[in-house]
Amino acid sequence: MVMLRAPLKERADGQGTVDVPGDSLGELLRELERRFPRLEGWVLDEHGTIRRHVNVFVDGERGREDTPLLPGARIHVLPSISGGSRS
Amino acid sequence: MIELLVGTKKGLFVLRGEPGAPFEVATRAFPGDIVEFATRDPRTGRYFASVTSGFFGPRLMYSDDPMGEWEQAKGPTFPEDIPDVSLDRIWIVQPGETAGVLYAGVAPAALFVSTDSGETWELNRALWNVPTRPEWNPGAGGLALHSICPWPGDPQRLAVGISAAGVWLSEDGGQTWRTGYTGLVPQYVPEDQRETTHALCVHNMHRAPQRPERLFMQFHGSVYRSDDTGETWNDIAEGLPSGFGFPMAIDPSDPDSAYVIPLTADLDRVTPGGNVRVFETRDAGAGWTAHGDGLPSNDAYLTILRQAFGHDGGSPLGLYFGATSGDVFGSADAGATWFTVREHLAPVTSVRVAGPS
Repeated sequence: MVMLRAPLKERADGQGTVDVPGDSLGELLRELERRFPRLEGWVLDEHGTIRRHVNVFVDGERGREDTPLLPGARIHVLPSISGGSRS
Repeated sequence: MIELLVGTKKGLFVLRGEPGAPFEVATRAFPGDIVEFATRDPRTGRYFASVTSGFFGPRLMYSDDPMGEWEQAKGPTFPEDIPDVSLDRIWIVQPGETAGVLYAGVAPAALFVSTDSGETWELNRALWNVPTRPEWNPGAGGLALHSICPWPGDPQRLAVGISAAGVWLSEDGGQTWRTGYTGLVPQYVPEDQRETTHALCVHNMHRAPQRPERLFMQFHGSVYRSDDTGETWNDIAEGLPSGFGFPMAIDPSDPDSAYVIPLTADLDRVTPGGNVRVFETRDAGAGWTAHGDGLPSNDAYLTILRQAFGHDGGSPLGLYFGATSGDVFGSADAGATWFTVREHLAPVTSVRVAGPS
């Protein structure tokens, strides 16, 4: 289960909670992009790497692309407090 | 009524008004995101905005109505076979000479091409693969391809400016590239290395459309003109208070014209003496005229960024520029007098005239 906030929620057709399959976090996020093409490039860069200023938590722990997912895992995608420095 | 696209550190402001009085904010798009550059393709009327989120990265957006919805373009992004490089910033979008063709200049320095009016983009691999690229170094703003100069009526000929990797020229539609370095003097490099360095920090470059073999350039420390398609460059900064600055504009109807807004120096990037002035040449750089009537002249230490100076192409020429102070200024008489277009916006990154609205 993936939890999304603005502005990602809007780009996922307004859905704040999305059930997306995946054995790893990277796989899940790529499937999320496939399901919601307007999210393409927002969480993952063009090479499938989680953007530097986006934090993705898996059951409360910071996750990486290769983090394995257990059944029922809860995924939160959040902007990092380190982001926005160029603005 | 004039429509201005003002990119800022906090969104895109679409300003509309009659020259001579403050403009109204017609809309603010992409709130909270940096809009590095925004322009309108005069051939199709389509608007483009280079948007960078401090969190979610850079992207190119387009719309046929800036008051409505924006679509995200597919690209520019670096292809899978260049795995260690990701898009950092889109510096410029420039209409080409063939229907549907646009160019985008990005950081890290690369040229992208669209053949479908900006909806999808592809990397120009010839420029990406030039042998000297490993020796290129970024300027303070990153390794940026920020100036793209098509040749009116000839889609094969193209000049691009890169900070800090000089001028690159193509005469075969971007299939091959060569440098246009001769005459540029990088004063920030030891004298014995100036002949061989690639560290040529172009700040801005424009072609004179009525005489396309002529280009004007704002460099890191001087202003130059080329009369041979960018092969060689002549210093034309004499008469300016400083050779340093970022933005540049030309009057497209006059191949002898150029406008610059000098800053004090690379170590002090503000308007000299707290006096905001635009300098104009109408004799290809032989002399410069200072214009400040209507601009702040007392303790006004403004910084005007690279893309924050645009014109309307009209006669007389309308000129508009914005500062990191959030102020935008305009002139309806080719720079002779100025008025305040808008105050208190966010730091201005780009200004372009979308046209009469």
